Amino acid sequence: MAKKAGEFGSLYRGREGQWSWVLHRVTGVGIILFLFAHVVDTAVVGWGPEAYNRVLSVYHNPFVQLLELVLVAMVVYHALNGVRIMLLDFWPNAPEYQARLFYATMAVFVGGMIPIIYIIGRNVIREL
Amino acid sequence: MGGYELWSWLFMRISGVVLLFLAVGHVVIMHVLGGGVGRVDFKFVQLRWQSPFWRTWDWLMLSLALFHGVNGLRTVILDYVRSRGARFTLTWFFNVVGLVLFALGSVVVFTFNPANFPTT
Repeated sequence: MAKKAGEFGSLYRGREGQWSWVLHRVTGVGIILFLFAHVVDTAVVGWGPEAYNRVLSVYHNPFVQLLELVLVAMVVYHALNGVRIMLLDFWPNAPEYQARLFYATMAVFVGGMIPIIYIIGRNVIREL
Repeated sequence: MGGYELWSWLFMRISGVVLLFLAVGHVVIMHVLGGGVGRVDFKFVQLRWQSPFWRTWDWLMLSLALFHGVNGLRTVILDYVRSRGARFTLTWFFNVVGLVLFALGSVVVFTFNPANFPTT
């Protein structure tokens, strides 16, 4: 099936539209795979404090907390890009501004992540 | 484009809007505010789940996130898995995982009794 880039060129433009799509997929798959594990680790709460606190000590590990920061970033990106997708779906003029919408999404993402990185980073360092 | 895909599209948007608040709120509350994940322990959950508000939040988030995520996986599988048999098997594997975890999570959220454990 994969046709070579012929007279019409490749269908994949590799620009704002495709990068936002790739990121949406990667973050989405990452989040659901984590969620599968997270439902199980939360279920341990039914076995009482000793078992549950042992499970949670994994989340308190400084290196794991950096992974949690990545998870938070994935959730925030996926949510913001979801808004961008819905704007494209429901606002007839949005496709005209699609590239600008991508940069606006990224700006809000970076703007939101700066305080989050600062606060989580500070908490991790304080607990070291 | 049949009815199923249209409902799936609609569900992704509705659950997405709700999760925008529930899931982003959840990671911010658990990992950013109040000292971060370091303060989360059994006692924290025990106190939190005394409130029907947080139980409802957590259960709604659990349900929507699982169905949203498993439906997302279905879309991804549809895109990349070319063999019909493998596509069917993988899609149903994740459907079953999603349903089992939905059942497990629901049981935990609704049956956890904070009074069963001493609060000291």
